[in-house]
Amino acid sequence: MKARSKRLILVGGGVALLVAAVALVLSAFQQNLVFFHTPTEVYEGKAPTGRAFRIGGMVEDGSIRREADGLTVSFAITDTAKVIPVRYRGTLPDLFQEGKGAVVQGVLGPDGQFTATEVLAKHDENYMPVEAQYAIDQAHKASQTVQQ
Amino acid sequence: MTTLTRAPVRSPEGLLRFAAPQQFYPLAGRLAPWFAWAAALLTVVGLYIGFFVAPTDFQQGEVYRVIFIHVPAAWMSMFIYLVMAFWAAVGLVMNTRLSFIMSQALAPTGAMFCFVALWTGAVWGKPTWGTYWVWDARLTSQLLLLFLYFGFIALTRAIEDPRRADRAGAIIALVGAVNVPIIYFSVQWWNTLHQGASVSLTRAPSMASTMLAGMLIMAIAAWMYAIAVALWRVRALILERERHTEWVGEVLAAEAQTQGRAR
Repeated sequence: MKARSKRLILVGGGVALLVAAVALVLSAFQQNLVFFHTPTEVYEGKAPTGRAFRIGGMVEDGSIRREADGLTVSFAITDTAKVIPVRYRGTLPDLFQEGKGAVVQGVLGPDGQFTATEVLAKHDENYMPVEAQYAIDQAHKASQTVQQ
Repeated sequence: MTTLTRAPVRSPEGLLRFAAPQQFYPLAGRLAPWFAWAAALLTVVGLYIGFFVAPTDFQQGEVYRVIFIHVPAAWMSMFIYLVMAFWAAVGLVMNTRLSFIMSQALAPTGAMFCFVALWTGAVWGKPTWGTYWVWDARLTSQLLLLFLYFGFIALTRAIEDPRRADRAGAIIALVGAVNVPIIYFSVQWWNTLHQGASVSLTRAPSMASTMLAGMLIMAIAAWMYAIAVALWRVRALILERERHTEWVGEVLAAEAQTQGRAR
């Protein structure tokens, strides 16, 4: 065997072993690599208890309520299967809207009420001109009128 | 009367002959300006489309325009590392000096793109997400990439003997390459704050066509820039390493002469 092919096998084998090792490490740390849990996971008891964690999902339509002090906000976060009520005191990011993604960090109370210390807006991968969104909204409204 | 014919010196044919630094040096010098001009032209066109032609985003408003720099920079930072790892592997297997030089010439450009991606991402993240930085899988693995670039550059510069420096750097390049698919697929494998890919090979892009055009033109511009700068850096590294050889002496003398004439 030529020295060159020997080195090729050595380098190729080394890289293959390394990939396998990294894959094992990553699958072992699967839980800790997750940035947030979904509401369904929280209901299934997969979220950590007794310490702060993050929940990610959609802000439920019509759920945002501002309290009298003007700073405290309550809303519900959902993955369409389960809903978790959230309370938060502080400023919200600009993109925080009903029907859009958000990630909240905080602790889950025994009553199932989540008290958030931080709210982040989670943006999706869709980029559209304003006019296109307007057209979609119009079409949506039209189809609703037809159904009624 | 018999004539003595000398056997010709065997040299590799075709493109392989450019594996010799002496052959590649003039070739790189001829190619680099073309790539540099293409990069300049495409950047002007791409930025014009990005900032003046592409429409405002329905959700993010004008902030989204950072993608015309952020996404090409992030793509390049990952791709350049893979190319570095490729040349490192070729160098280890074939024992070719030029392969290691290629890999080292690419590293500073890759590090720069990596930094630009992280920095523009942070600036965009504040108004969009509400934070400059989070430790999610995508952002953390991209930061690791920056450290891998720094580690590679530092290690190859720290070792005096070029042959040992080449080998040590090649190991970091190969080991670190494992991180690149992790960065790319992190948004699919785990829940991350960073959104998924808007453009991928497997499905239609989820963005308006002028936005996409601007981004792709900027991506090609980034390619051209990276190639031009890498070629120039390869030339500098070749001169530095072969400075004791006869041909470098001749090249430098010739260049000094043409410059003298220009003045």
